[in-house]
Amino acid sequence: MFRKIWDSHVVVPRESGPSLLYIDRNMVHEGSFHAFGEMARRGLAIRSPDQVFGAADHYAPTTGRRKEDAATPEIAGMLDLFDDNMRRGGVRHFGLGHARQGIVHVIGPELGITLPGLTIVCSDSHTSTQGALGALAFGIGQSESLHVLATQTLWQSLPKVMRITVDGALGEGVHAKDIILAIIGKIGAGGATGHAIEYAGSAIRALSIEGRLTICNMSIEAAARSGMIAPDDTVFDYVHGRPFAPAGHQWDEALRQWRALASDDGAPFDAEVHLDAAKLAPMVTWGTSPEDVLPITGAVPDPQAEAGADRRRNMEMALDYMGLAPGQRLDGLPVDRVFIGSCTNGRIEDLRVAARYLDGRKIRVPGIVVPGSTAVKHQAEAAGLDTIFRNAGFEWRDSGCSMCSAMNGDLGAPGERCVSTSNRNFVGRQGPKVRTHLVSPLMAAAAAVNGALVDVRREIGARRVA
Amino acid sequence: MKAFTRATSIAVPIDGINVNTDQIIPARFLKASRAAGYGGFLFHDLRFDGEGAPRPDFVLNMPAFRDGRILVVDANYGCGSSREGAVYAHQDYGIVAILAPSFGDIFYNNCLKNGLVPVVLDGGVLAETRRHLHLKGGEITVDLEALEATLPDGARHRFEIEPFWRECILKGLDEISLTSTYEPQIRAFEDAYHAQVPWVRKPEVDLGREGHEDRKVP
Repeated sequence: MFRKIWDSHVVVPRESGPSLLYIDRNMVHEGSFHAFGEMARRGLAIRSPDQVFGAADHYAPTTGRRKEDAATPEIAGMLDLFDDNMRRGGVRHFGLGHARQGIVHVIGPELGITLPGLTIVCSDSHTSTQGALGALAFGIGQSESLHVLATQTLWQSLPKVMRITVDGALGEGVHAKDIILAIIGKIGAGGATGHAIEYAGSAIRALSIEGRLTICNMSIEAAARSGMIAPDDTVFDYVHGRPFAPAGHQWDEALRQWRALASDDGAPFDAEVHLDAAKLAPMVTWGTSPEDVLPITGAVPDPQAEAGADRRRNMEMALDYMGLAPGQRLDGLPVDRVFIGSCTNGRIEDLRVAARYLDGRKIRVPGIVVPGSTAVKHQAEAAGLDTIFRNAGFEWRDSGCSMCSAMNGDLGAPGERCVSTSNRNFVGRQGPKVRTHLVSPLMAAAAAVNGALVDVRREIGARRVA
Repeated sequence: MKAFTRATSIAVPIDGINVNTDQIIPARFLKASRAAGYGGFLFHDLRFDGEGAPRPDFVLNMPAFRDGRILVVDANYGCGSSREGAVYAHQDYGIVAILAPSFGDIFYNNCLKNGLVPVVLDGGVLAETRRHLHLKGGEITVDLEALEATLPDGARHRFEIEPFWRECILKGLDEISLTSTYEPQIRAFEDAYHAQVPWVRKPEVDLGREGHEDRKVP
């Protein structure tokens, strides 16, 4: 499938070295100001404004929808600069006050900007998210974004392709986030270097679109350039009727093309990984890389048990930063703060899962819920989910990247242990000295109620019996 | 982009696998304009304490490594966020080449686009080199023309860089002007392609203008 999309977008093929690849969608956000500044400096015009889409997400305040709600005048300035760049470039964009504003990787699928068979780039590493609909989607830098704005193409070398097959049925309380965390734990944060990933298998097929987006989202945390899933009826049903999706007779033609995208039986792959979904438990990270992950039933590993001196030193640094000791149980570890949101887990299904658990419960530590888009927010409110979150004690916020990238001023305090549905537990990611544990939305809700990491499966079972 | 052929410099060892772009340049500095210079942000939170004073135990602050312009690092260097500011920070600080067993994919591409030379060498060799540098210091030469790195022990190691990008960096070539020479091919591709997938362009969609406060959507 990867190769089919690649081949259909090659403008200038080269025997060796990078080929010139046609780009269907270039999505931009506030951080794209370097590319727009350089366009202006060079006097370049955007080649195909219809194929560029902008979203205010990284710097968007979540406590209100006005620029004055921004945490600092500097952040408000970034939002102004974004609007100016979009208007000057004639780019369709979803600014802070727009009814379709949201995180770029959430609104892409939501609006049908993301479609099967397309090449999609954005100067954000989590662009891989959008491969869940059968697109070739990957993150780029500002220089590459500039190149796409000016030429609608990119010089790209053909990567290798890794197939990750997940078969079997997930147990109760185990979700898509647990699958991808388990994969990264298995192959490592550098495990897919130089590869594009195709996810396959019965467990992947059984996932909703939201679950598939979560899986592809974190492909980059395993060092893959992109992640993708062959489009099927689940995708076609989801895409149909969305604003930028084909309609009428074009829909029929699109469907005919999209049905041919899946990899052929017996297609060769450069690497293969297998995982059994039935054996998975809810996962939680203990260190400062997404590869530092264990089932909630696990205990913090002992660096002394590591053979390599470098690996030992890395683990010691991670444990020191996280304030954890070897042998400590993850189940029961007290936490200070909970964040539900991000391009990994800020979609409607994520909020539904968390709200279903929270209904009738109270949380013990501060928590915020940040919908991935304004549309998700309205959808959740129409279903009364906001009331459940508020009654449980959560703050119900406006949409944006918030405590995932922590660039808008939503931060934890130094030393705090934060349970987060986001994608990165890097040192300082959620604020200086903040300790981040990555989990699924259900696990995050359970951690908020208990004021500690817990095995949510125990709680679900207990309530059913009661 | 400034052309690069070869450079010899004191080499700086940076330990740790999966050093990510959040460490290389914390997110809060990404608002700066490039003209102001990103050099002061390189490894900011490791390099400076809360008061902004240099931490004496961080390698870039050690007298022996202060003038180093080549880094020797560990696997998956520059993973994480796509921020090109991570490359600007290296370059504005003065770094011209980075030797690693492997790089984060987007960071690697960002290096190529800015002429910061990413050299991939064997992990064991580089681990040994970092140990040597910590103990005794030393210089490294990176020769992009010969595709050869000379390590402090005098050993020469061949490395690979995609010939296309090597050419661009050697000449300081502007990639956009290069691509514009393919404009006829791009236009021809576009015409055929858009006839086949006409839905890629859909200019008539109206989702309302900017500034609609909390308009309810279905």
